[in-house]
Amino acid sequence: MTEPRKLRAPEINPETKPFWDAATQGQLLVKRCTSCGEAHYYPRTICPFCGSDATVWETCSGKGSIYTLSTMRRGPNAPFTLAYVTLDEGPSIMTNITDCDHDALAIGQRVQVRFVPSSAPDGSTGAPYPMFTPSGD
Amino acid sequence: MTIRNKAYIAGAFEHPLRLAPDHSTPQLHAECARGALADAGLTLADVDGYFCAGDAAGFGALSMVDYLGISPRHIDNTETGGSSYILHVAHAAAAIAAGKCSVALITLAGRPRSEAFSAFRPGAPEAGFENWVGQSTQNTYAMCAARHMYQYGTTSEQLAWIKVAASTHAQHNPHAMLRDVVTVEDVINSPMISDPLHRLDCCVVSDGGGALVVVAPEIARGLKRPLVAVRGAGEALKGPNGGRNLDLTTSAAARSGPAAFAEAGVTPADIKYASIYDSFTITVLMQIEDLGFCAKGEGGRFVADGNLISGVGKLPFNTDGGGLCNNHPSNRGGITKVIEAVRQLRGEAHPAVQVPNCDLAVATGIGGSLGIRHGAATLVLERQ
Ligand SMILES: [Zn+2]
Repeated sequence: MTEPRKLRAPEINPETKPFWDAATQGQLLVKRCTSCGEAHYYPRTICPFCGSDATVWETCSGKGSIYTLSTMRRGPNAPFTLAYVTLDEGPSIMTNITDCDHDALAIGQRVQVRFVPSSAPDGSTGAPYPMFTPSGD
Repeated sequence: MTIRNKAYIAGAFEHPLRLAPDHSTPQLHAECARGALADAGLTLADVDGYFCAGDAAGFGALSMVDYLGISPRHIDNTETGGSSYILHVAHAAAAIAAGKCSVALITLAGRPRSEAFSAFRPGAPEAGFENWVGQSTQNTYAMCAARHMYQYGTTSEQLAWIKVAASTHAQHNPHAMLRDVVTVEDVINSPMISDPLHRLDCCVVSDGGGALVVVAPEIARGLKRPLVAVRGAGEALKGPNGGRNLDLTTSAAARSGPAAFAEAGVTPADIKYASIYDSFTITVLMQIEDLGFCAKGEGGRFVADGNLISGVGKLPFNTDGGGLCNNHPSNRGGITKVIEAVRQLRGEAHPAVQVPNCDLAVATGIGGSLGIRHGAATLVLERQ
């Protein structure tokens, strides 16, 4: 078990603000296109698959499995694990696996979202980041 | 319309420095420009096309053209990370074929050992979703290696053979940062950086630079240098694609490579020498598969047992020692790939690593991050 790295508040813009508002409420959102039916991440206004602007926010279960991972063994924040997690809703997202034994992680392992707070430059709490932790399922 | 035989690489220069605390980055660009033009038998006054990428200080070509004192009628700032300069050769050839310029200068330089370096660009659409995960080149390329091992059974020992081959070549290069020949055991016993990549799976960090001069056929024939023709080229970009069907075991070179071979009218079996961007050992392995030197998933077996060593194996690669041992100026290895390919085609590589009768070569590269979004560029070059 290691403490998460010092996390600076995310760069938020008008297009992505709903994602971070939901994250603050503990919910993981993706965008789904009502024209082609596909979900995507990171979220865009215009669907990257069909070009439609008929995209809507969708709340995810927060469950997924590890597509690939690498645990950094050098540097001030080591060890920490970078990974792609494939959400049960479809899209794969780049994230960290946290609150875990880094040496026991494996591709295919089931994981569950765990939001980790960030710090704004003035020291206040910033929007949290969607990291993942091993789950029992 | 094709660029085949429409342009020739007449000048190539690799800066001899690997540590440049007393140089400015623009100065390194200028020294490389002079070196490549002198190699071709030309001067700055002959340049009418200029190409640079994200390493160029200030406003790219806008700053550099004024600094260098040149007056190009064609400019190109295309930025695809370390692969940019391979792509620039193709863009220069296209511009020459279209009559937009006749002497194209391409420069790269930087000092990542001597000054702070950041790859993050504020305002990028992905910034909020990626800049916090602690990604670096090491762990994003490592994620590709981990997935390749999972999917195809590739081993650390197989990856290590790529470094062994590079080090076997680097012992003959007096400018190489790392000249000691290493073994497979040396690589897998070196410290783990980010699983499964060890320290010796990673390229060097170096200050320095390089430049190329690409010219029209009638100019090439008037110069005293061997004729190295641009025979074919391809370029492609790849990213996570909205998270759909993520595949970290195939690079954009799976598109740039076949496009280059098709334009050149040759196949991988015809290639005598390959410069393959080696930011990490896994970068080489995936490009070898994606260019079709072997089937997808067979790269580990292909690179093992010295198959990339000049005079030993079937596909001599990076005979200057590559980024793994020689040089990786500005964290961008594309231009040195073209430079060593030109040396091989001219017969000017070190005699210990020169490929006999080297008349057809490939230079290919991956820029950006293989594990996130990257650009691939591939050139087929021919000695005529
Ligand atoms: Zn759509």
